[in-house]
Amino acid sequence: MSLDKGTVKRVAQLARLRLDDEQLEKTAEELNKIFTWIEQLDEVDVSNIEPLASVTGHSLPERMDEVTDGNYPDRVLSNAPDRASNFFTVPKVVE
Amino acid sequence: MSSILDLDLASARSALQKKEVSAVELTETYLSVMSSNDHLNCYITSTPEKALDMASKSDHRINSGDALPLDGIPIAIKDLFCTDGVLTTAGSHILNGFIPTYESSVTENLWEHGAVMLGKCNMDEFAMGSANTTSYFGAVENPWRSDDRQKSPLVPGGSSGGSASAVASRLALAATGTDTGGSIRQPGSFCGIVGLKPTYGRCSRWGTIAFASSLDQAGPLTRTVRDAAIMLKAMAGHDPKDSTSANLQVPDFESALTNDVRGLRIGVPREYLLDGMPSEIEKLLETGIEMLRTAGATIVDVSMPHTKFALPTYYIIAPAEASSNLARYDGVRYGLRIEGDNLDDMYEKTRSVGFGAEVKRRILIGTYVLSAGYYDAYYLKAQRVRSLIKQDFDLVFDNVDVLLTPTAPSDAFAIGENDDDPIKMYLNDIFTVPASLAGVPAISVPVGLSKNKLPLGLQIIGKMFDEELVLRVGGALEGMAGFKSRPAGGA
Amino acid sequence: MVQLLKGETGEWEIVIGLEVHAQVSSEAKLFSSAATKFGAEPNSQVSLVDAAMPGMLPVINKECVRQAIKTGLGINAKINLFSVFDRKNYFYPDLPQGYQISQFKQPIVGEGFLEIEVSDGAKKIGIERLHLEQDAGKSIHDQHPSRSFIDLNRSGVALMEIVSKPDIRSGEEAGAYLKKLRSIVRYLGTCDGNMQEGSLRCDVNVSVRKPGEELGTRCEIKNVNSIRFVQQAIEYEARRQIEIIEDGHLINQETRLFDPNRGETRSMRSKEEAHDYRYFPDPDLLPLKFDDALVQAIASDMPELPDAKRTRFIEEYELSEADATLLVEERETAEFYEEMAAGRDKKLSANWLGTELFGALNKEGLSLAESPITAESLGRLIELISDGTISGRIAKDVFVDMFESGEDALDIVERKGLTQISDAGAILELVESVISDNASKVAEFRNGKDKLFGFFVGQVMKKSQGKANPKLVNNLLKDKLG
Ligand SMILES: [Mg+2]
Ligand SMILES: [Zn+2]
Repeated sequence: MSLDKGTVKRVAQLARLRLDDEQLEKTAEELNKIFTWIEQLDEVDVSNIEPLASVTGHSLPERMDEVTDGNYPDRVLSNAPDRASNFFTVPKVVE
Repeated sequence: MSSILDLDLASARSALQKKEVSAVELTETYLSVMSSNDHLNCYITSTPEKALDMASKSDHRINSGDALPLDGIPIAIKDLFCTDGVLTTAGSHILNGFIPTYESSVTENLWEHGAVMLGKCNMDEFAMGSANTTSYFGAVENPWRSDDRQKSPLVPGGSSGGSASAVASRLALAATGTDTGGSIRQPGSFCGIVGLKPTYGRCSRWGTIAFASSLDQAGPLTRTVRDAAIMLKAMAGHDPKDSTSANLQVPDFESALTNDVRGLRIGVPREYLLDGMPSEIEKLLETGIEMLRTAGATIVDVSMPHTKFALPTYYIIAPAEASSNLARYDGVRYGLRIEGDNLDDMYEKTRSVGFGAEVKRRILIGTYVLSAGYYDAYYLKAQRVRSLIKQDFDLVFDNVDVLLTPTAPSDAFAIGENDDDPIKMYLNDIFTVPASLAGVPAISVPVGLSKNKLPLGLQIIGKMFDEELVLRVGGALEGMAGFKSRPAGGA
Repeated sequence: MVQLLKGETGEWEIVIGLEVHAQVSSEAKLFSSAATKFGAEPNSQVSLVDAAMPGMLPVINKECVRQAIKTGLGINAKINLFSVFDRKNYFYPDLPQGYQISQFKQPIVGEGFLEIEVSDGAKKIGIERLHLEQDAGKSIHDQHPSRSFIDLNRSGVALMEIVSKPDIRSGEEAGAYLKKLRSIVRYLGTCDGNMQEGSLRCDVNVSVRKPGEELGTRCEIKNVNSIRFVQQAIEYEARRQIEIIEDGHLINQETRLFDPNRGETRSMRSKEEAHDYRYFPDPDLLPLKFDDALVQAIASDMPELPDAKRTRFIEEYELSEADATLLVEERETAEFYEEMAAGRDKKLSANWLGTELFGALNKEGLSLAESPITAESLGRLIELISDGTISGRIAKDVFVDMFESGEDALDIVERKGLTQISDAGAILELVESVISDNASKVAEFRNGKDKLFGFFVGQVMKKSQGKANPKLVNNLLKDKLG
């Protein structure tokens, strides 16, 4: 398999990363090397093997339905790069 | 002054409790050597005022007879742990100016045990790296120098390189690190100190900035195995705020350090002996085998057939999780923001400027392996191989008590070396990644020197939640190896 | 009912599937302990988890899981004892994590169905699944010329996404389905069903085809927030698609928005620019597992649902189908009815609730919950009618008084002296005085002008100020005039 520049560009867009043409070229080359190396996994027979998502044996712990958090807009907004009163702001989104 | 710095954590603890030294005195000593060793670049932020304040509170408790287990012990914190009111960067520009209003569970536990915070340690950006050369705040130097004096400064390993270098160069009594694929153990080996990755779920991940959630685990970097046991006891514990945290009692790890390995079955997986690996690594392993055998352990040749697939599996799973974990760095709520013409422009500018090359590379890998049409071929496949790797461990542990392997395939290399070859860099973690994928605990203990007179460690891997045995065997190995060498650099 | 639309090339069938997002009724959010209340100050009901601060982790709310199971049982669905939370990855400023925690391959609830009543009878609508997921925050676009404002109060609130099969064939059916679903979640107390506050939101998938043919290409209309708009959007969208196809073009699979002001749908984004959500199991969470005992415990604690209640009202109370349907649609109405009708005349109660009380509430724009007359109080009015204390006519006046003052029926009747006169002697006096006052009319009546009987009744009632027992008046008049 090989990743062409177009694929890398699409993936970069999905990840909201911007790569100029030169970077695209270089990145595609690097990623191709990495994926060629990763492809050694083709040797492994995984038929009938369940995927492992977590190594913890236990089941999902649950919490009680109680309000014990929140009510501190100042903490929530204290690191905001830009804010207007108690809102975060972003460049206007046109829908 | 240097005599105080020579105390390891356990000795400092007893000196403090016997009031042979005060917490403030000890802390001041560390603060002063920290500032005279700036060139090592171990710390991104030092917190002298906080340290002295904490130390004087420790002294107060010690003097009034209410000493806490770690009272007055000056330690360094990897800058991946969020610390209330103290700049936290993850080694990245994207967290520019980020000051958490909360304290990570692991550091909270340490402060509750009386430890003193010296500062926040440099690290590979978002813990992605094996050389500590990807930090936005510059590379960290290893205090060790190669025999050849002409040689350029060496890497401390990564990603907890700042922590490892600080402990090795006596700029902290101990440090926290995090290990996703080897980021505690490999720098431990490179810096000639002890690095312990506990079982996944032993230490809470709450408040620790995520790299790959199913793998990340906090642990200590220390000068001795006993120090690692003391630190882990304070760091660990069940945390209801982390759904993957294990609801188990924390044992008294220190009391497990009996040095007695008689009758233990220690497996040496033959797949860890690689073609083309420096012969000194193989020799080091032989040394370790001999020591343990002499001490009464039975050495068992074992096979873990999927070992060689661990690294490529890791390089699918970890970037996949990272690509999602790092989506929150978007310039909206905290950290860096580069304004743009519109929302997507702002996102792309912020993330392109804020993330370094290695982080971007891994985000791209992760995004790709999860994207439509590739998920089954890469991500799902990797999860299935992960099953097989875990199975290798389950099976081998039916037969042996712990495993003995090298920690890293080489000694420390020069800063800048391997930087242009990602795969070569990734291979640093070839011996540490399997235990990470399986979630089992592992420790790196310094055992010898390379022909360059640089430290080399061996790794003990144990069963899930069997840190006690890992520490016991690690302690025995440490005792027999008698590794006493000190780096040229540092305090 | 199946509604066929007439185009130039013949008749078209509309195929509709609905995705409903129902906000789970819970105190705290799905994965954080911040409050869920509507209308709080911006960014006040936000925890560090909801703001996706670095290092924050989700922990699931037990109650939300139970609510989802309960809702699953209410829609006759299979409850999955093993389900998985996945991350749905996309960038948007009101999505702080950069992903939504949702369920993709293995939802908590599988297939089920709802029964709806439409003009041509009952119909079963299949349900594909129900899954739990987080709500996003809110972007506000109209406060500033160049910036959008972000409020994360809703971020992380638990939603149930309930996806129907494409079994719906008209706006009417879509409306009936939504009403039924809303009714069920309100009965269960798992969602307050408030569409205005966004507790219930609907995405509509619409395609058209010639009857009997394969499914056509569908368009998804996002976030339609009233039942009326859902119906309008379907009408418009179906006509638009038919026109395109009949003009010889293909439908472009896309996401569309409904503009309620213009009654139109318009394109939001096409399939080419569609997201690639990169779903994968959330590594911060573990699979959700519970045993059948939990499902059984919840099942045994379910309230009577509207269908069962309707049947009981018809069979036990002998109500008409129409009355029963009206009374059970809202849980509050049914409860109000059962309280007012307890030990009282069931049909009379149904009539008074359906006609008088609802009439008055509608006129004032009030909900049943805001009614100035309580169920018990209206029930006592029914009693006064049934036991003959007041006539139905007087009762209507008393009702008006009750509605205005909130006073008890009996108090009004006593204070105003409205008790029905059932004393034959007193009524006879009135009858006799009417007969003597209207001698010429009496003569006409006796000469065969039967219609005049009503006049005499009216005169007697007037003299009694409406209080005379009409039955006695009738009998006595017949006697005296006879
Ligand atoms: Mg949807
Ligand atoms: Zn949804």
